[in-house]
Amino acid sequence: MALQTILQHLVNGISLGSLYALLAIGYTMVYGILRLINFAHGDIFMLGTYIAFYSMTAFFLPWWISFLIAIIVTCIFGIVLERAAYRPLRDSPRISVMISAIGASFLIENLAIVVFGGRPKAFPIPTIFSKILNIGGVSIVSVSIFIPIITAIALFILNYLVNNTKIGMAMRAVSKDYEAARLMGINVNNIISFTFGTGSILAAIGGVMWGLKYPQLIPLMGLMPGLKCFIAAVVGGIGNIRGAVLGGFILGLGEILIVAFSPTLSGYRDAFAFVLLIVILLVKPSGLLGQNTTEKV
Amino acid sequence: MSKKTKLTLISIIACIGILFILNSTLGSYQLRILNLCGIYVILALSLNLINGFVGLFSLGHAGFMAIGAYTSALLTMPPEAKEMNFFLKPIVPWLANVQLSFPIALFMAGVLAAGAGVLIGAPVLRLKDDYLAIATLGFSEIIRVIFTNTQSITNGALGIKGLPYIGIFNKASEAIWWTWGVAIITIIFMALLINGSYGRAFKAIREDEIAAEAMGINLFKHKLMAFVIGSFFAGIGGALLGHLMGTIDPLMFRFLLTFNIVLIVVLGGIGSITGSVISAVIVTIAMEALRVLDGDMQIGSYIIKGIPGTRMVVFSALLMIVIIFYQRGIMGTNEFTWDWILKRQKKISEPLNKEKVS
Amino acid sequence: MAILKTDKITMKFGGLTAVSEFDMKIEKNEIIGLIGPNGAGKTTCFNMITGVYTPTEGKIYFEDKDITGEKTHEITKLGIARTFQNIRLFKELSVLDNVLIANHMRLGSNLFSSIIKTPDYRKKEKKIREKSLSLLRDVGLEDLKDEKSSSLPYGKQRRLEIARALATDPKLLILDEPAAGMNPQESNELMDFIRDIRDRFDLTIFLIEHHMQVVMGVCERIYVLDHGVKIADGTPNEIQNNEKVIEAYLGVD
Repeated sequence: MALQTILQHLVNGISLGSLYALLAIGYTMVYGILRLINFAHGDIFMLGTYIAFYSMTAFFLPWWISFLIAIIVTCIFGIVLERAAYRPLRDSPRISVMISAIGASFLIENLAIVVFGGRPKAFPIPTIFSKILNIGGVSIVSVSIFIPIITAIALFILNYLVNNTKIGMAMRAVSKDYEAARLMGINVNNIISFTFGTGSILAAIGGVMWGLKYPQLIPLMGLMPGLKCFIAAVVGGIGNIRGAVLGGFILGLGEILIVAFSPTLSGYRDAFAFVLLIVILLVKPSGLLGQNTTEKV
Repeated sequence: MSKKTKLTLISIIACIGILFILNSTLGSYQLRILNLCGIYVILALSLNLINGFVGLFSLGHAGFMAIGAYTSALLTMPPEAKEMNFFLKPIVPWLANVQLSFPIALFMAGVLAAGAGVLIGAPVLRLKDDYLAIATLGFSEIIRVIFTNTQSITNGALGIKGLPYIGIFNKASEAIWWTWGVAIITIIFMALLINGSYGRAFKAIREDEIAAEAMGINLFKHKLMAFVIGSFFAGIGGALLGHLMGTIDPLMFRFLLTFNIVLIVVLGGIGSITGSVISAVIVTIAMEALRVLDGDMQIGSYIIKGIPGTRMVVFSALLMIVIIFYQRGIMGTNEFTWDWILKRQKKISEPLNKEKVS
Repeated sequence: MAILKTDKITMKFGGLTAVSEFDMKIEKNEIIGLIGPNGAGKTTCFNMITGVYTPTEGKIYFEDKDITGEKTHEITKLGIARTFQNIRLFKELSVLDNVLIANHMRLGSNLFSSIIKTPDYRKKEKKIREKSLSLLRDVGLEDLKDEKSSSLPYGKQRRLEIARALATDPKLLILDEPAAGMNPQESNELMDFIRDIRDRFDLTIFLIEHHMQVVMGVCERIYVLDHGVKIADGTPNEIQNNEKVIEAYLGVD
């Protein structure tokens, strides 16, 4: 295979990996704090894309305002989702909360089918993202360059937020020990809302960029990426933000490279994540960067 | 024969009588729904065994159903029908000319699904809670992806059309005896299982794994047992569903299908056989009844244009409401047992008797 | 023949050594205590013996058979039963079911015969029901057999846990803080009860207890752990006068 082609695939793998990483962080943060798989996270990502789509096509707003609106509305939506579907079940068995999460996911998907219509929509791509760049003989669509850069900026800000601010410290405290954090006077509910908000912002950023890269919108578009990104979070070590990023990149690169190097396996692309998940769970259930925990007897 | 066994027998005979009447009076559309009810009873019970009684949160049901449906379809279809279906890529020779009778194929559907249950359960049953959920979900997706890609066995994304009717005489009126026959057998099987020593062991695992193990219960063995039994019935349910629909394709066995069954189990009460049965019937009928929501509605002279998908919105919302406000579902973990009924009857008649005495 | 013997068992969790080179030996029908300040590694010892943890180093012998690293349910089958510090009953199930479950392991029926209820299965089921009821009678819970186990008062839950452990037909019974949360009168009853079941069921008993009155009253020999290390062993009298033990409990100036 020519070097150019390999580079081409790498670029694609990195941008897909970036998108997965952004989505995986949302899962890992929520799981870290609530021990809950937020099944609806993939649907929040879908909403982000649709909101940007409608701001551009129905309200004719410039793309950057549309993207901003998408991020803000999605963020609010994430917070509302937590209040409506998860907060009432704070003290319920985990199985109930998980069913509620699955229910929320299906509710959003079905609502989206009713409101947005089931037919695919084409995401309008501003010219700045669709330029073909030629770098050293490799032709790359500019969006593939933007995605990793924007992801890097988002991760940088997130890292600062979590490690260098008061609210970040509170988040880490809640994820280490929920009860103790509450006893220390941390308003746990606010922290949880904040976490959902942050996760949803990242999902919206991911969603918008997903639309730019794969411009076909359907109400169920969040389902598969959602599942896969949860897997990315598990692979990296659930609750660990760096792990989620690592998992996202492994998954993104892995999928692209499988298709690139073994076209006969391309039909199995969607199975890659699940196989990876099962291997990781059996070999190192705590994930690549996760810590082992044992139940106290 | 004890009083309870007699009551059970009487009610089974009553059931058969009711089915007989329904079968000869209902139209084909209603019969189809009635069949669907029976199938969902089987599916709900099989998932409830795993999720409700052993407390393993498995989300892999659609995968086992797919295995059952494809197995039975490929084993019952005549060679010519297969040839017509597999026009893109011919079917593998060893499957092309196989044609078994329906009951054998149905049983094989269960056996193969159970076999998959062993293969999947052995590695993943070491996991707990949401990890188990996501791993089983993963496996069911893998099964679907495999079925989409093994063109010469499953006909890939095209699916298989023209599955034979349920039954051996190739008559539509026969289906009800198979669907509800299997459903009744499943109910009895589950009731006997749950009330025996193994059922108690299952419940112990649900209540507290560590304590159950300290009581000498081999966790892995018992979990696998329940998982495999559940897969077996899921395979049979899937096979019946495939024959009832007449057409199967990999998309039919998406996570949504598992979700429907989870919905039934949750509504009925996680860990209640009676709950699952009642809820399966209610949900199946309601799902059909609510189809009006998807179509156009006329109120007076106004026509409200129906939006496809409204029905599912209502259902997802319903699940949310149940799980948030009414977590125990219809039955909780309670059962409708003869003891319970007899006790109630006594309670009602006792005061009456006392009055008579005084 | 010692019924239970540990040979320098050590348990490390990451960098933390919870138990270090612990040696002990229990003869048949003894009642042995294991004491020590909080965090001394007592429950960790129990967890190693019952197979919840596999010791990092060292061996455990039960009736001269090496059981190191065996699975918990295998160890139960060999004849070691236990109770838990923080009571682990099958909460939603009835008192009787809790005890019946403990019989499952030795039932000797397969899944199939339990479903079709063969005459053999019915006979066995009847037998374990009688046995369980008689055990409940022994611990004074027969009247409460149909109650949900989590609805019992604390002291009765502890008794039920012991009855459940006895139902596995153990040779060695391990009790993790059986007197926790009991008032003096209940503790006194508990001491009599422990001696009584030892004689009646031909048991050997190994217990962790903070309640010194109970430990000194019922145990024939006592092992003392501090920071994972055995600092003393001997009769209650010897332990009470051992300087190291006093130091461990009261601290040094």
